[in-house]
Amino acid sequence: MAKKKTIRTIPQERTPMPEQDPLERARNFKEVACGYTLENALREAERCLMCPDAPCVRGCPVSIDIPAFIQKIAEKHYHGAYDVITDTNLLPAVCGRVCPQENQCEGVCTVGDSLEPVAIGRLERFVGDMAIREGWVNLPYIEKNGFKVGIVGSGPAGMACAADMAKAGCEVVVYEAFHEPGGVLKYGIPDFRLPNAVIDVEIDKLKQLGVRFECNTLVGRLFTIEQMITEMGFHSVFLGTGAGYPSFMGIPGESLNGVLSANELLTRCNLMRARDFPNFDTPMQPGKRVAVIGAGNTAMDALRVSLRLGAEKVYCVYRRGKAEAPARVEEIHHAGEEGVEFHWLTSPVEVLGDEQKRVRGMRCQKMELGEPDASGRRRPVPVPGSEFEFECDSVVYAIGTNANPILGQTAKLKLNKRGYIETDDNLATSIAGVFAGGDIVTGAATVIEAMGAGRRAARAMKAWLGLRDTDVVYAPEAPHVGRRFGFAADQHGYARIQVK
Amino acid sequence: MSNFEIVGREDYSDVTYQLEIRHPVMAKAAKAGQFVIVMEHEHGERIPLTLADFDPVQGTITLVIQAVGKTTREMQQNCQVGTKLFALVGPMGIPSHIGSPKKVLCVGGGLGVAPVYPQARAYARNGAYVIGVVGFRNKAVMFWEEKFRAVCDEVIVCTDDGSAGIKGLVTKGMEQALAAHPDIDEAIAIGPPIMMKACAEVTRPHHIKTLVSLNPVMVDGTGMCGGCRVKIGDGIKFACVDGPDFDAHTVDFDDLMARLARYRPTEQEALKKWEESCRMGGAPAGSTELF
Repeated sequence: MAKKKTIRTIPQERTPMPEQDPLERARNFKEVACGYTLENALREAERCLMCPDAPCVRGCPVSIDIPAFIQKIAEKHYHGAYDVITDTNLLPAVCGRVCPQENQCEGVCTVGDSLEPVAIGRLERFVGDMAIREGWVNLPYIEKNGFKVGIVGSGPAGMACAADMAKAGCEVVVYEAFHEPGGVLKYGIPDFRLPNAVIDVEIDKLKQLGVRFECNTLVGRLFTIEQMITEMGFHSVFLGTGAGYPSFMGIPGESLNGVLSANELLTRCNLMRARDFPNFDTPMQPGKRVAVIGAGNTAMDALRVSLRLGAEKVYCVYRRGKAEAPARVEEIHHAGEEGVEFHWLTSPVEVLGDEQKRVRGMRCQKMELGEPDASGRRRPVPVPGSEFEFECDSVVYAIGTNANPILGQTAKLKLNKRGYIETDDNLATSIAGVFAGGDIVTGAATVIEAMGAGRRAARAMKAWLGLRDTDVVYAPEAPHVGRRFGFAADQHGYARIQVK
Repeated sequence: MSNFEIVGREDYSDVTYQLEIRHPVMAKAAKAGQFVIVMEHEHGERIPLTLADFDPVQGTITLVIQAVGKTTREMQQNCQVGTKLFALVGPMGIPSHIGSPKKVLCVGGGLGVAPVYPQARAYARNGAYVIGVVGFRNKAVMFWEEKFRAVCDEVIVCTDDGSAGIKGLVTKGMEQALAAHPDIDEAIAIGPPIMMKACAEVTRPHHIKTLVSLNPVMVDGTGMCGGCRVKIGDGIKFACVDGPDFDAHTVDFDDLMARLARYRPTEQEALKKWEESCRMGGAPAGSTELF
């Protein structure tokens, strides 16, 4: 570069993301954030100072070389940017959309000290989307090593682990209980935040790496983890089944019709496409006045899905304040724009029903914040005599999940007190060769944390199998892949990795 | 793993039909009391069905289905031998705990006759004296009597109109069995919730341990959606991963019945639309003898 950039010379304002109009988008399932244009991306790339110490890289759970890929964008070498990202992150189009960048890379961005931080997530998504449009796939050379690896769960943790193990040359089979792979990315996150088509592209890439997906397979019940190792020839197994098992509060009225978990609402709407009823058979009874309990990302998804399903009033009920809400700031902002009414410092006491056992309303009480609790957030305390009632016909619980019990019921896995799988620092479980990561180990967290765990587990699995951790080398152009080997290697799923 | 091909079909009445599906791994893994989730086609819904039988030698599982809603009617029409299901996952749920009782009562009502059969067989294999009580509307819709006779030491058939066996509900058959065998130490009842509720009341005064198999509305069947939550005693359980078998004397059946009705308006709308489309498109193949 000719001249060194400084905080004074870069564009001062963060490039805004083109978005659908709030009132229009609140009635459709199209993506809210439309993505950067070429001009947007080039301008935003200019804002990166290319800090030599790159705090953003340390802020990224999978350590993407962020300045390097932004540099490539600035040089208009977009495929190069894609190469840099895919070195460490398989799913830029997904992560660019759903990572909580404000707490990760963007939270520690040097520019962010005095201006708004560089929009790293939006740039990552720009690159990911361009790769999808242009059909770029970075297929590494893979030399088969004869090891067979089983992955249980096809969500973000499983996908990340599968990619790394396939790149290392293992035969990888991913088992999924649903009829489609993708896990929470498919059933949980709605299309207006992360279109299912994007996930399908990413899954397709895994298939091109040679990963095999076996859907309709409930591991633990159809066969056990022990059977995978003793009978089915797997040398190592990764468990990334997610948390599942939604929590309820235990207040009166929870079994009334019209009370459901956010997971159920989202699964019916997203994966089963109940929103396209009767073209799809899965039924759903969207409320006209919907109250969602909780203020995490799942709650925001449930609120915004309810609006799109035609609800007239949508309330967010949360026992703490806005500052304590676990959802991303951007999500809360989007939900508010679309017409969600927030009731902070409000805790449900009872769900009220009519004679037909249908929800007719909710009784809540006001809260105030007291001393900080174990999580460091101030504990909400009820205000005496503050109970009030309001009308609603649907109550959605989005207050978190507990550990899914199936693997614990069917394998001699050591679990912790809360029922999650216990692992050591390398994510190894109590069964030799079996590793675990993501929500089934940590409890509910984010997509990128699950992917990070999947990759950490992959490193440990490679070590366990005696494979050296290698850097991936890509073919410059796909057609040359074959020539080097004298046959069309790329057509046979072969590629090779090079040890640095 | 399997392409879910239908290899056998039998019709027991105008609404009850049996499908045999090839799935060797599941046939080997399945145990009495477990269920599967089926999707007939790509746009279909996921419906839970209790396993009626499984044959590890043939590599098949058996489902007995009643055509009541859109999906089950559509399956009745489309699921012919040689066709394939879009999705089939299982076996799900905790298998029934088949202990070693000396004398056990296995009660099945209507469609529930099918899923209680594997339990009766498992008890018989464990050396128990098995008394089967099976109930139907009338003689014409009866099925599997001979299968029960093969594994049970005694079979009591009940029909609503008395056209076969004794006239009356399965509770009458249970009372008859209890009168003849005061030493029955376990019972299991499967059927419509209202029947299971009545069965629980029959055994309650006798303090006989009684299990029922619950089949509430589900989506995933893996504990993820919570749609199948049921009230058991003072607590909430998920039928898919904590069940489907529960102690009949602690189940809140009224709650179960209310929750089963929760999507009924939409389900009825779907059925109506489907029936209309069938009329519009002319009678689909194979429908003449079924409707």
